[in-house]
Amino acid sequence: MAQDGAALFKANCANCHKPDKDYTGPALKGVRAGEPSPDWVYKWIENPAGMISTDPHAKTLFAKFGPTVMTAFPQLKKEEIDAILKYADDYVPEGAGGAKAPGAATEEAGGDNSLLFGILTLVLAVIAFVLLQVNSNLRKLTDEKDGILRGEPVPFYRNKTYLMLAVLVLFTLAGYFLVNSAIGLGRQKGYQPEQPIYYSHKVHAGVNQISCLYCHGGAQDSKQASIPSVNQCMNCHMAIKEYTGEPIIKEDGKEVNGTAEIQKLYSYAGWNPDKKQYNPDNNHDGIPDGARPIEWVKIHNLPDHVYFNHSQHVKVGKQQCQTCHGNIQEMPEVHQFAELSMGWCINCHRETKVDFYNKETGEGNKFYSIYEKFHNDLKNHKMDSVTVESIGGTECQKCHY
Amino acid sequence: MNNKKYWQNFGDLTQSERFQEDSKKEFKEELLPLEDLDSKGLLDAKTPRRDFLKYLGFSTAAAALAASCEMPVRKAVPYLHRPDDLIPGVPNYYASTYVNAGDAISVVVKQRDGRPIKIEGNELSTITKGGTSAQAQASVLDLYDPTRLRHPLQKSGSDFKEVTSFDAFDKMVGDAIASVAGKPLVLLTSTINSPSTLDIITAFLAKYPGSRHVQYDAVSYSGMLLANEACYGKRSLPVYQFDKAKTIVSLGADFLGTWLNPVEFSRQYADTKRIIGEKPELSRHIQFESMISMTGSNADDRFVHKPSDTGAIALALLAKVGGAVTAPAIADAKLSKGIDLAASALNASKGSGLVVCSSNDVNIQIIVNAINEAIGAGGNTINWAATTNSRKGIDADMVKLVADINNGSIGGLLVYDCNPVFTYTDGKKLGEAIAKLPLSVSFNLTMDETTEQCKYILPSNHWLESWGDAEPRSGYISVIQPLINPLFKTRPFQTSLLKWSTSATATVAAKDSTGKAVAVVAPGVPHDVYETYHKNYWLSKLGSTDSWDKALQDGVVEPSTPAVSAASYNASNVSAAASKIVSKAGAIEVVLYQKVSIGTGAQANNPWLQELPDPVTKVTWDNYAMLSPDLAKKLIGIDVAHNQREADAYEVHPEKPVLKITLNNKTIELPALIMPGMQNATIAIAVGYGRASISNTDREANLDRIGRAAYGAGKNAYPLVSFDGSTFIYNAVATVEKTGDTYPLAQTQVHGFTEGRPIVYETNLASFIANPEALLEEPNEERKKLVPTGKTDYIRDATIYPNYAKPGIKWGMSIDLNTCTGCSACVVACTAENNVSVVGKTQVQRAHEMHWLRIDRYFVGDLENPDVLFQPMLCQHCDNAPCENVCPVAATNHSSEGLNQMIYNRCIGTRYCANNCPYKVRRFNWLDFTGSDSFPNNQEPIRNVDLDEAVFQMNDDLARMVLNPDVTVRSRGVMEKCSFCVQRLQDSKLEAKKQQDPTLVRNVKTACMQACPTNAISFGNVNDKDSDVYKIRNVEQTNRNFYVIEQLHTLPNVSYLAKIRNTDRKVETDEETQEEKLQHQKSES
Repeated sequence: MAQDGAALFKANCANCHKPDKDYTGPALKGVRAGEPSPDWVYKWIENPAGMISTDPHAKTLFAKFGPTVMTAFPQLKKEEIDAILKYADDYVPEGAGGAKAPGAATEEAGGDNSLLFGILTLVLAVIAFVLLQVNSNLRKLTDEKDGILRGEPVPFYRNKTYLMLAVLVLFTLAGYFLVNSAIGLGRQKGYQPEQPIYYSHKVHAGVNQISCLYCHGGAQDSKQASIPSVNQCMNCHMAIKEYTGEPIIKEDGKEVNGTAEIQKLYSYAGWNPDKKQYNPDNNHDGIPDGARPIEWVKIHNLPDHVYFNHSQHVKVGKQQCQTCHGNIQEMPEVHQFAELSMGWCINCHRETKVDFYNKETGEGNKFYSIYEKFHNDLKNHKMDSVTVESIGGTECQKCHY
Repeated sequence: MNNKKYWQNFGDLTQSERFQEDSKKEFKEELLPLEDLDSKGLLDAKTPRRDFLKYLGFSTAAAALAASCEMPVRKAVPYLHRPDDLIPGVPNYYASTYVNAGDAISVVVKQRDGRPIKIEGNELSTITKGGTSAQAQASVLDLYDPTRLRHPLQKSGSDFKEVTSFDAFDKMVGDAIASVAGKPLVLLTSTINSPSTLDIITAFLAKYPGSRHVQYDAVSYSGMLLANEACYGKRSLPVYQFDKAKTIVSLGADFLGTWLNPVEFSRQYADTKRIIGEKPELSRHIQFESMISMTGSNADDRFVHKPSDTGAIALALLAKVGGAVTAPAIADAKLSKGIDLAASALNASKGSGLVVCSSNDVNIQIIVNAINEAIGAGGNTINWAATTNSRKGIDADMVKLVADINNGSIGGLLVYDCNPVFTYTDGKKLGEAIAKLPLSVSFNLTMDETTEQCKYILPSNHWLESWGDAEPRSGYISVIQPLINPLFKTRPFQTSLLKWSTSATATVAAKDSTGKAVAVVAPGVPHDVYETYHKNYWLSKLGSTDSWDKALQDGVVEPSTPAVSAASYNASNVSAAASKIVSKAGAIEVVLYQKVSIGTGAQANNPWLQELPDPVTKVTWDNYAMLSPDLAKKLIGIDVAHNQREADAYEVHPEKPVLKITLNNKTIELPALIMPGMQNATIAIAVGYGRASISNTDREANLDRIGRAAYGAGKNAYPLVSFDGSTFIYNAVATVEKTGDTYPLAQTQVHGFTEGRPIVYETNLASFIANPEALLEEPNEERKKLVPTGKTDYIRDATIYPNYAKPGIKWGMSIDLNTCTGCSACVVACTAENNVSVVGKTQVQRAHEMHWLRIDRYFVGDLENPDVLFQPMLCQHCDNAPCENVCPVAATNHSSEGLNQMIYNRCIGTRYCANNCPYKVRRFNWLDFTGSDSFPNNQEPIRNVDLDEAVFQMNDDLARMVLNPDVTVRSRGVMEKCSFCVQRLQDSKLEAKKQQDPTLVRNVKTACMQACPTNAISFGNVNDKDSDVYKIRNVEQTNRNFYVIEQLHTLPNVSYLAKIRNTDRKVETDEETQEEKLQHQKSES
């Protein structure tokens, strides 16, 4: 039951409530104690807007947390509400920092080795060179001893073989670096531009546990994950006026004033935090005066000839956001985590298994029931799993059209 | 055996030297300047080395520049306040109605991120049932037409100045109206079939006593309207039901292409041409016409006659179906046989015959009414229980108005949705008179010929920005709702009338369904805004918000059970009419017609329509004088049919000899286009072309006002129309002379060659029923020959290539040649869906057109009156594709779903694939048509040299809003071709996976299929035995199913269904063709 409550809380309440402190809405721990009757909360959750006008307790709450009215959740059953509140009551704050997501640390390991190999190669090359010189001197000596006359040997820097070798090595190296840097053109791994508002995913998705899809709902419906519109930010920030959490420290060591950044949002939204209302629309353009959209700097850029669909990966492929975007919940300001190169895409498509339909158990995505051949092959153990590649996920026109 | 010769042009027919030479070349032009290398050798060449170094240097520098190391900073700007129903990246669909000068087609518009980008038919409409026309498909581009007026204007000297606010404009016009008090105001519009607009007009006229409303159709149907008034007492058009007809006789009416409501008729017609079951019943379509029209091309039997003989034919038909008239003698034996045939067919199918006629002569239409009564069409194929409201203009009204304008007896003219200065026979004089009127207001969207002469201009909204309604058939409402906020400072025409006729607080009266007057606006609600007025109007008519919401969602409100009835017929006029029919015959006669693409010319500045090849002539961007090979021999001295050299000289170059044609004391000079199937004494000229200002000859001004696509395309043929005292007449006796000049015509056929391979199969109905297997005997035999002994499977065994599995989905398309009419709606739909470039006339001449889907037209048989076949040709997605094997960089390859994939970013432009494609469906981007290259301004140096102005119109920031964001815009130097609308296929798969429902990919709709008014195209997953395509290929149509040149073992994924003509003539033949006879003789000797 407690497990249930946690999941329900995260799915429905966590965007606005915290178990142990006031947030957009009140802290849920012990919230029942202050309510007029044990049943009050069910009515409230079913229709908050309706109660504000009539119920005195609701009026008090609205005065404290308004002007945003709580969203109605008529779909929640009484047992579920009980579970959520039990979860909140039993909640014990964890120690600082959540479980670290895997896969971040084991990155830059190859650099040292290649340097080592390089030095080793160089040393061996020098030894080989010295030995060759020794060999030629020795041969010269034996020749003299045997009385064979030979011309004065050419110095090594005019030796055509050496020169040829040197040219070849240089050409190969130059070619290698040229090709590699040409491939790297237009790729932006690690790109971390300065944004118009210092928006911290760490504060929102990490500390406050807001679900990614609350703001980036497009990720499950659309090809674009979509950046939330200003009004969506204001859903919470009408109430949250200041930043009171841990200090946010930038990469350069400076501290970010979270409250000032929220003020910037208010300026974009045309919101007057003192009066708790939007600016009037005096110039009759349908929006509050001074309101304007935020021009974020786009971090993840794909070339125009690439079609990428978020919902395909999130809804159908059931991929976690972190797979491509990294530990976003730990990034104060977002940087590009993945390479977003074609090789990177293809590798994942080769390895990832699809949620293939199992005809016996009925598990998996029923769409794949039409792959008759694979069903037979799986049965006859000709293949052990169906990857994205098997259903054509590495074919050109899956992404280029 | 099907050894009948199908030919595309005269060179193909006569197998001329140049034709054979050209057919060996894939690309028309020589490649400059490195071509010298071939002939002279590298060492002897004088310039190539330098050029080579220049090109080398340039390309290196260019590559470095293009791949500049700086990445641009891109912004992502989300909404300030996102609308609830909009998810960025997910399209929304809204029902609306395409309206254009009386035409109304219920549509569903695709809106992506707030922009309308594609128009589909509305399947809930029982009139069009989801069909569209090329013009409806293209009209989304009109929304983004750069020539659209951006704010109200007022004449100031010879130019215009902006009026800053609507209030200022209202005041100005109000004052002007007051100052002309005493003289009548005239509201001149196209046919209005919007009930709410008609009510507003009535209220407006009531406010200004003496004023009147004149409806004017660019191409008139007055003859029919008046004839119906004489015969049935109703000045209106009935509802035609081609779907109930077993015999269809058309006297010149292009009812599948341009006559009245072609989308509605195409849908009905196709229903009678579908092959169902073992003993299919087809309608019999007999066409009498002077020129070769698209409808005539589809006819089972077709007969040609002089335009002046239409009346005589109608009389003869009437006499033969039992009418009490004496028919004049028909001298032409073939024609009189045709009349006998038509009459016996009509007599054999009493109650299910239908005769339609395009003549605008009242007397001829009275005779046609008499024929229809004699064969019992009324209440069966002609329904008088409802009326067709798309044309209401009465010519005499217009002529009287013009006289009034000329003599200054009217006070003011308000023009909406029509362009009489361009379309009226004496438009220039009319324009000059309009300029002199004390008050003239235009509500047109662009600075067209008429608007330019008006004093005040208040542009109305485009239909995609408007609220509104249309009633194409009485009782059948189709709702218009806006898809986008007005792009410019424009105001609906209706709002202007409301503002000028009512005070904002008064209540407006309207009539409810019982005819009782009701107030439609609650007191206090501002109702001088059409949006509010319109909503209240329909709320009161429909009764509740729920039904209004449903009407908006469905797009249509229709009676549940359509009534069918005849009208009481008055035969008393027939004999008088018969006596009035006089044949004004001449040695050469001219007939004016509309082209399927351009129609009356209202959408002439639409580059998609201008570049759409005419279904029959395959000419783009122009009108011309169409004449028969025989007449050409007489007039120009070119014998295309028999003299190969002359045929080549005429056909190979786009330059055609120009004829000077004089009729009705007017002269027009047009290039001659020799077409088989033309009557030997007839010249046909299309109206709708030659848009140009009458008062301003400056090219730049015309390009900006008339438009970059419309200006310079063809000549205006409207001045050739004459008025016979009652109606406009579209044919006349003419004199013709050759001028010695030439003028280039951009014709798309022949840009690909069949090389004598059998491309299409056909037979007649009787043979098909008697021996269905014989139809495709030849290709089936051919296939058998290719299978090695001991093996059985053609697909697997007749090749050395391995056979790849298609484990999940295999996409396939089937095209029914029996129901394809060639209307080309699919071509425009494809262009809109796939961001296909417009290349301009200059490039079409060089065979550089980019259409992914084309409709090939083949002639067969008699030069004077050949049969015509239309065959939509697109990438066949061959499972054993010749193009894939020759690509050096694997930029085109095959998917496990049977798609032939074309990967633009991988393509390096060798064009080997196009060279190796036997279907000639690959298109190469020779130039930067879209401005999508990395280099800025690289189009400018070739402006007006290689790139026409129209290309620049498409590259305007406004016009680019029409682009489909899911499809790459291709740049110069890459190959492209039909992708089977892969973006739609991917989307359908995604939806199927999300919903875990494999049936969602069973029948997917490609853009061409969805646009088709006749359902000729089917598409789906062939691996699914319940899919339409699987059933057509393997169950329902096995005897007609063929693949084009499958003998090459290309294994196409597009199949065709052979054509069955319902005629007594032998369609397939065992006779040797002329060419083969010659070859036999040669080999024997």
